Formats: sequence, C-alpha cells, structure tokens
Amino acid sequence: MSEAASLTIKELVQKLTGDYYEGLCNAHENGKLVAWCSSVAPQEFMEAMDIEVAYPENHAAAIAAKGGALELLDHADKQGFNNDICAYARISLAYADLMNSPIQDLPRPDFVTCTTNICNTLIKWYENLARTFNVPFILIDTPFNVEETVSQNSIDYIKAQFVEFIHQLEIICKRPFNYEKFDKVMEISNESSKEWMRAMSYAAYKPSPLDGFNILNYMALAVCIRGRQESVDFFHAVSDEMERLLDANESQFKGEQNYRYMWEGIAVWPYLSHNYKTLKNQNAIFVGSVYPYSWNIQYEHGNMDEMARAYSEVPPNRCLSEQIKLRTSIMKDYKCDGALYHMNRSCKLLDMMQQGLRSRVYENTSAPYIVFDGDQADPRSFAKAQFETRVQALIENMEAEKNGIEVKN
Amino acid sequence: MKPIDDLLYEMKVILADIPAAVKAQKNQGKKIIGVFPVYAPEELIHAAGMFPVGCWGGRVNISKAATLLPPFACPVMQSITEKCLTGGYDMLDGALISAPCDTLKCFTQNFKKTNPNVKAIYCVYPQNNKLEGGVRYLYNELKKIGKELEELSGSKITEQKLQNSIRVYNENREAMMEFTRILSEKPGLLTPSQRHTVAKARYFMDKEAHTVLVLELNEALRADQSHSNPNRKVLLAGIMTEPDGLLQILDELKFNVAADEIAHESRQFRNPVPQGIDQYDRLARQWQNVEGCSVVYDPGGKRGQHIVKLAKEAAVDGVLYCQMKFCEEEEFDYPYVKSALDEAQIPVLNIEIDPLSFGREQTRTRLQAFIEQLEIRL
Repeated sequence: MSEAASLTIKELVQKLTGDYYEGLCNAHENGKLVAWCSSVAPQEFMEAMDIEVAYPENHAAAIAAKGGALELLDHADKQGFNNDICAYARISLAYADLMNSPIQDLPRPDFVTCTTNICNTLIKWYENLARTFNVPFILIDTPFNVEETVSQNSIDYIKAQFVEFIHQLEIICKRPFNYEKFDKVMEISNESSKEWMRAMSYAAYKPSPLDGFNILNYMALAVCIRGRQESVDFFHAVSDEMERLLDANESQFKGEQNYRYMWEGIAVWPYLSHNYKTLKNQNAIFVGSVYPYSWNIQYEHGNMDEMARAYSEVPPNRCLSEQIKLRTSIMKDYKCDGALYHMNRSCKLLDMMQQGLRSRVYENTSAPYIVFDGDQADPRSFAKAQFETRVQALIENMEAEKNGIEVKN
Repeated sequence: MKPIDDLLYEMKVILADIPAAVKAQKNQGKKIIGVFPVYAPEELIHAAGMFPVGCWGGRVNISKAATLLPPFACPVMQSITEKCLTGGYDMLDGALISAPCDTLKCFTQNFKKTNPNVKAIYCVYPQNNKLEGGVRYLYNELKKIGKELEELSGSKITEQKLQNSIRVYNENREAMMEFTRILSEKPGLLTPSQRHTVAKARYFMDKEAHTVLVLELNEALRADQSHSNPNRKVLLAGIMTEPDGLLQILDELKFNVAADEIAHESRQFRNPVPQGIDQYDRLARQWQNVEGCSVVYDPGGKRGQHIVKLAKEAAVDGVLYCQMKFCEEEEFDYPYVKSALDEAQIPVLNIEIDPLSFGREQTRTRLQAFIEQLEIRL
C-alpha cells in the first residue's frame, strides 16, 4: 500500500497542499518559472510548460481564514486602494507590496495571467500586480455571455487568445511550447474535473455522507493541481471515502441532518468556523453549492473549440436565466430545504443580479431563503448576530415548510 | 458670428428639457435607441436612421432600484435602474448596452426584467482590444448588432450610409477635440459648467447639428480676446463630473478646466474612427486604438502616462480625480495614477462623486484647501 493510500482524506489534503506549496516555493531554485493566476484559468498551458502557478484568490482566502486579513487590508488602505474594492484584491495587492503574510508566502511571479470568466475586477487587480512586480500580464478575455449560449464568435476570440498565450509562454520560457505534455495535461485535467464532480455529487444523497463545508477544503486542490494526476487520484479517493461512509450509514457531518441548504456565493472566510457551527448547531447541513460547477471544466480532449467554450461557460460568466437554471437544479438535485444568499460586499458580479436570481429560484422551488450581509475576506463587513438571526429565521421557515405551512419569502 | 452665450444657450435649452428633445426626434418619425455607459457603436444607430440618446442616469431619488440593487451599487447603475423602473426610459424603442465592468454585466440581465418591452441589443467589447482576434470578434459582433438595428428600424445599413455616419461622427469628434484644445490654450473663456454643457449636449442632439454649433463656438472662442491667463487650471479625470452641484462649485471657485479624460466626456470623442475600406472593420479598429481607459485592459499603465501627458500639455496646476462612488475600475487606478502625477510633481485631489447624494459643503471645503495647496506651490 502506498503512503498516500493509507492517509485519511484530511491528511491527504494536507499532504497534497504541502507538496504543491513546496513545488511552488522551490520553483525558482529548481529553475522553474512562477505565474500568478486567477482561479478558473486555462492552467493546462502553464502546466504543459512546467510553470509553477500560484493562485492569489486562494492565498487571500487562506489569509482571511487564518485571521490575517486586517493587517493587509490596512496596508492596502495605506497604498491608496479604496475600501470598496474586492477584499481578495486588496489583500493580494498589499501582500504583493509586502511579500509577507501570516501564512505560507508565495514566490514572486515571473508573469501574471487571468481570465475574465469569473469577473472583470481581475483585470484591474492583475494590472496592479503586473505593475508592482514589473512583469508581463497575459489576459484571456472570455466575453460575458449575455444570452444562453456561448457564441462561435466568442469561442473563436478565446481560441485566438489561446494561440497568443502559447506564443507569449514561448517568449517568457525561452523554449518551444510542449504540445506533447499539453496533450497529456488536457487528458488529466478532464479526468480531474470528472472525478471532482463525482466526488462532490455525493452531497445529493440524503442523508449526505459529504459535509458541504469540506467542499471548501477540497476546492483549493481543484484550483491548484487540476492538471496533475494527484488531483485525479485525490478526488477518486474522496469518492471511495463517500462510498465507504454510505455503506456504513455514516457521514462527515457529525450532527443531525434535519435541514439541507444551498449556500449561494463565496464563503465568509474570516468567519468560516462561526458560520459552520451556527448552522451545525441547528442541525442544518450544507449540501448545495455552485462551487463544484466552477471547476467542472470538461471538454473533448484536444478540441480547442470545446475547451474555449468550457472556460467561457463557468457559472459567473453566464446570463441570469442560465444562473437561475443552475441554482434551481442544485436546489432540486441536492434536495435542499432552503437557501442562504451571501450579499458579499466584495463581489459585484454576484450581488447585482442576486435579487433576480433568488426570486426566480424561489418561484421555481418554493424553498425558503434568507439573505445575509458579509464579505469573502474583510471581517469588518460581517456581523455574527445578523447571521445567527437570519439562520434562525431560515430554520423556522424550513421547519414550517416541512410541517406543511406555506412560507412566503 | 453668433455670440458665445447664444451658442451655449442653444445647448442649454436642450439639456433643460431632455424628454422634450427626445420627443422632438420621435415626432420626426425616428426611433429612439438608448445608449448606456460606457461605449457603444453609435454610428450604426445613426446609419440605421434612428436617434441615439445617452442614458447615464442622472439625479433621481432611489426608491424602486433598492428592490433590485444593494446600496453599494454604483450611483450610475442605481439611477439608471431607478429610471428603468419608473418609466424614465419608456420612450426608448431599443437599448444598446455594453458590459465593460461587472456591474454593467449585471445590468444587461436586469434590463431584460425591468424593461421587457424595449429591444435590448448588447455590445460586449473585447478587452484584448489590441489582438487581431479581438478585432475580428468585434467585427462580427458589430455585424450582428447592425442586423438587429436594421430589423428594429426597418432600414438597411448600407456601406454608403455607414460611411456617411462615420464621417458625421468623426467630424463631431474633431470639432470636440478642437473645442477642448482651444480651452486648453485659452482657459478662462468658459466656466467648467459651460464646458460640460457642450460635451453633454452631444448625447441629446443630432450629431450634425451639434457639430455645427461646436464649430461656430470654436470660431467664436478663437476670436475672443477677453481671457486673461487664469490660474486654477485643472484636468478632470474619472467617469463623470455630474452632479451639477460639483460643477457649480468649480464655477464659483473659478477653476478652469483645461483638459479632461472623463469617460462621459472626452473619452467618448478622443478616438476617431480610422480610415479604411470596410466600414465595420473601421469601427472595430477604432476600438483597437482605445487605450488609457479604466474599463479597458491596460497592461502597460497607459492611463497614468496619458493623464500626465495631458496635464503637462495643458500646463494644468493640478488634477481633480473625480472618483465615481463604488466604481472599482477607477478605484483600482487611483494609486498608480497618483504616483505618476506625484512623480511629475502635479498635485492631485481625489473627490468622491455621488450623483445621488452630493456633499456640497464638504466638497467645497476640500476644493478650497486644494486651491490653497496650489497657491502655495505658485
């Protein structure tokens, strides 16, 4: 039995995360280049060129989760960045200036790259990173899909940027693009996405063997090592563990599963533990989330049209009707009794359409929901008391629905 | 030669009653197409025989918009949404909406809900605008938009019509650039409010008529010898300078706007459509030339360089960075733009712009302090 096979899922997460950071931090010593990159970008191209990739969104979330956000947010304020700006970006820009944080440090990038499929804020954030480090910035722009489908015109534009990406990588790396490895990485990345979706789908079981808050732990690996075999093996191991739990009639969630809910939006990283305990104490389990779908990047291996479409089709880049459709199916497929909507002070793209989203999802499902104010990384924009009160209201409404009393949201 | 005041009056009359100006166009049998921030290929609307009208919100009391948007939505988005929900845009036959920022991406979707009876046409510009693939993408998008506008107007956009419309718009841009150059060379001839009036009137008049007025105005301004080398010359940077209250304070404190890079003003007319054979390709190439704008990919930091260059050319005493409240794009740019200005030893003042809730006295005090700062330097 290999060492990895004998580890628990939690130990595996720690090991793989540690291995990833070790590779990243020793990249320059090992003669490798380092890129800073947005979380849902075509990593396949960089993995093919043996570039170690750091993910500032993950890094900012981890800093916030460890309680280290305020110091960096304060520094960003001194740099002149307005408090209105996305807190991930502020933490990251402050970190780029200081190169010091309470958690694992990142090596300086040799270039930065982002994809607009999760937001346009990234463009401004990465422009500033590129200026700070005086390094090239490669942008993959995936035009926002105002209608239901991704147009062939968008696909052709994204493909043209893939070609330019390869060209730029060849210049930066000073060697020809490794098409052979690219081919292999595409295969692995697709396999990884399939295994990721399979593992996350266990939350649909009732009772669920998967505690939805663990999705947030596993997600970091979906971001960082999606192009590596280790991710395929890891997500496969998660599924095996889920099967074992199902057979044993057990769950990662150590509480009663009286209520199942969908969490809409990014986690409140500085208060993750508080949020978890508040809901667990009410016997409510997190089962429904858009997170799994954001890294469900599947395409026919080697088909660049499909690859372009897959990167353009991630949930935040889709029109409202598609977003409604996705949440409605999550609510139904994962048998959610209710939903929590995070009005995230940092994320304009998720907020400005949220009213239309939640009202239509409610029309489609009749499941009660609550909205709470928060922020993905700035602890000053979240109030425990408000969250607790809203959760209590949601529990009461879910209970009423269970008892056949119609609740009007 | 008409007096300057008479020419300005003609524009002020339009702005005093915008619904009437739009109605007058409608009475001529023209369909009205709302053009929402920030950019749009207006030439296509013109070539289709319709009237493009600027829809940048304005001062309204937010009531119904609060049911759709959180309070930290940018005031432009809030006021536009309020108007969408209260019949302010009922006169529109169509709407041309771009999605240059996350907030406006959401607007493309919210508009379907707020104004289901208005035909929405989208123009999602490529951020990678220098890349040939971006030009090709935009070319195809413009063709699609052209077809949608043809369907709406019932009039075909021929190459000849589009060529003519591009000429009309380029002439207007040239007249406006000349207007800003004259005020840069001879600051003090117009107040900040008057300068703004000329730029804003573009949104509510036939471009041909606006060009005629601006050309006449330029002639009158060139001939005017009354100006006296004034102080307090500033460059305005940002999205908008409205509400009017800010402009009134700038007038009262005798600031002179010698240049601007405001999205609502000169960013609209500083890039002419280049020459070419295929008219759609010309429009796509114009976008390729756009740079130094907060809502367009700017990896080299051209905006900072552009503002410094403009400020030096106009020999301004300082820069007023008109920070639209909750506009991340502008907020992200401010630290490095300020650094670039500091390096060039050009003073800069960041003023928060909120068309919905304007802090008049606070703004006045800050501007007065800025004047003192400028005078100490002199």
